[in-house]
Amino acid sequence: MFILKLLIRNALRHKLRTSLTVIGIAIAIVAFGLLRTLVGVWYSGAEHSSASRLVTRNAISLIFPLPLSYKDRIRQIPGVKAVSYGNWFGGIYRDEKNFFANYAVEPASYLDLYPEIVLPAEQKAAFIRDRKGCIVGQKLADLYGWRIGDMITLRGSIFPGQWEFVLRGIYRGAEKSTEERVLLFHWDYLNETMKKTTPRRADQVGFYMIGITTPDLTAEVALKVDGMFRNSLAETLTETERAFHLGFIAMTEAIVVAIQIVSYMVIVIIMIVAANTMAMTARERITEYATMKTLGFGAVHIAVIVFGESIFIAMIGGAIGVLLTFPGARWIETELSQYFPSFSVSPGTVYLDLLAACMIGMVAAVFPTWRGATIRIAEGLRRIG
Amino acid sequence: MGIPYSYSFRNLWTRRLTTVLTASGMALVVFVFSATLMLAAGLQKTLVDTGSYDNVIVIRKSATSEVQSGVERLQASIIESQPEVAIGESGQPLLAKELVVLINIPKRGTNKPANVVIRGISARSLLLRPQAKLVEGRMPKPGSAEVVAGKSIAQRFHGGGIGETVRFGMRNWIVVGVFDAGNTGFSSEIWGDVDQLMQAFRRPVYSSVTFKLRDSSRFDEFKTRIEGDPRLTLEAKRETRFYQDQSEMMAKFLRILGLTLTVVFSLGAVIGAMITMYAAVAQRIAEIGTLRALGFQKGSILAAFVLESLFLGLIGGSAGLLFASFLQFITISTMNWQTFAELAFSFTLTFDIAWKSLAFSLVMGFVGGVLPALRAAKMNIVDALRAS
Repeated sequence: MFILKLLIRNALRHKLRTSLTVIGIAIAIVAFGLLRTLVGVWYSGAEHSSASRLVTRNAISLIFPLPLSYKDRIRQIPGVKAVSYGNWFGGIYRDEKNFFANYAVEPASYLDLYPEIVLPAEQKAAFIRDRKGCIVGQKLADLYGWRIGDMITLRGSIFPGQWEFVLRGIYRGAEKSTEERVLLFHWDYLNETMKKTTPRRADQVGFYMIGITTPDLTAEVALKVDGMFRNSLAETLTETERAFHLGFIAMTEAIVVAIQIVSYMVIVIIMIVAANTMAMTARERITEYATMKTLGFGAVHIAVIVFGESIFIAMIGGAIGVLLTFPGARWIETELSQYFPSFSVSPGTVYLDLLAACMIGMVAAVFPTWRGATIRIAEGLRRIG
Repeated sequence: MGIPYSYSFRNLWTRRLTTVLTASGMALVVFVFSATLMLAAGLQKTLVDTGSYDNVIVIRKSATSEVQSGVERLQASIIESQPEVAIGESGQPLLAKELVVLINIPKRGTNKPANVVIRGISARSLLLRPQAKLVEGRMPKPGSAEVVAGKSIAQRFHGGGIGETVRFGMRNWIVVGVFDAGNTGFSSEIWGDVDQLMQAFRRPVYSSVTFKLRDSSRFDEFKTRIEGDPRLTLEAKRETRFYQDQSEMMAKFLRILGLTLTVVFSLGAVIGAMITMYAAVAQRIAEIGTLRALGFQKGSILAAFVLESLFLGLIGGSAGLLFASFLQFITISTMNWQTFAELAFSFTLTFDIAWKSLAFSLVMGFVGGVLPALRAAKMNIVDALRAS
């Protein structure tokens, strides 16, 4: 108890210096926490995608289509419950800056495969009935102020022309992480138009989504699908939805790695700042340490005092930082909602935050502790600070 | 009269450990600051260097990349017959009808697949792109299943090296050469004969038509005519503009990320500098009193401490910049979101970035040092002399 009191008193001796250090550590912990969360968000699309849905696409690369006739052949494979299909449409709303994902899909089977798209029954029926209908996520509707019945026009970048859709439904995600910035419309609308304008691109599908009866069959079904179309004009590549997403993320891995490195770098910077504070503190108190040794306190005592003070300062900074991370994340979530589906701090990040704060305290204390513990009494007393 | 400059420098030298710690904190901040700017600059330089000002690229209207575009054979021939197209030595137009698609190939080392651009080139493609030079092997023979790989592809991807084969479109393609297009997007591509590739991919249309202008000033005239022609649903862009547009999103992301990080980091470093300078002032109260008693003015004391802090910042800034300059040897390869294709680029240090980094470190030193320096200058002589 006595030692704890001494620690706190010592820490508060230089109020200005201590508070500056605490602010520094708090800022670093907030930055660290938000960067870790950003990395988590990067992977969240993959983490929340189903492992029991398969995506089949052309083996050459995503931009090559598959014939529509594959649908019925995939359906015959044992273990396949449902097959849906669609195309990445790549339409632009007004301007390139307003980017959001838009797909042409076969509506009934697609909505069955994606129970996380929650749509009121009458809106769902209206969407399926209207070939020019489309549905969008709540966030997207809020962003552009769309209401049901509105006309939405997209300019096709892959499929040329102006495409008009009638908004028939606004869906919500079943979970917080479900992407709500997507527009879905009828694949038939796309296909019928292509039949008229460029017949060679008609009856071509960008991807198949396959629902499996039991999740253990995924690997088997994926192999069977790919085996069925081997050596055909359009060979397929089938993987789980999760693997498909991870493949995309892997392509931008360099950026994720950079963010990760930077998140550790901020901790290193603040370690240096804290180490500096502690070094200065210890230098000023060398005479005191010598006096305490004269009074009979051992090296261990002094080590505990210096070390404890450093940890104390670091943990206060860390605690403030953790508390500030939450409002920071909420601010990002509301301000930048068009970039991230959700930006919530995970418990793991909080633990990492506290661990980092602890590390800062420990590393900063190493050198001063050693100095304080090993100082020779005569030498310390002789010093005029 | 001012206090000699050496006073400030020697103070830093006397407290070496603290100086080194504070300066290295600042060095790291400057390092991050310049590294992100260098990355954005490298990306933009790569994509801008990819195009030439006198070359015009014609793609389908509203397509943002060559991969999305499609140009029918008939349309390509109409472009070929335009009077603006320059004529080469052999009397043929300097025009290339090309096919651009993406294929998936695994990277060496990690075995993770990435999207690689494969470009079907015609006879005149090389003449239009003087940046691309063959460094090894030979160019593919027209009508054969041979390809040449860009340098970044040869190093980073399976089957990209000379003598290796890549399989796509139900055929094996032998890599017969490696070309180097310097720091341009072409270095991340594979090139083969356009007619062979169109057959293999069963795509009966070209992706883009690129040609050299006979007279650079006639671009606008050409653009209005082409885009007004009802037979063509195409648009024309200068190549430089086209590639710059492709780098915009990514460069913006890098800059925003870099700026945010730098602001946060610099707060930490400024606090570090402030702690150091406050301590420097606190330890020297008696000394400051003596200086004042000797007749140095408040202003001189202020200047001496601000100078010390600025110098601290400069040391940190130079060290950070020095380490950042080593990054130029590193090449990053990632997917460009706008084209979905793999692109390799390296950190590029420009003079602009160098001076910005140094100025930034001086600002950090100044902000960190000005408050402690004010405290030193405002000290009462008698009180200061009494302190021990």
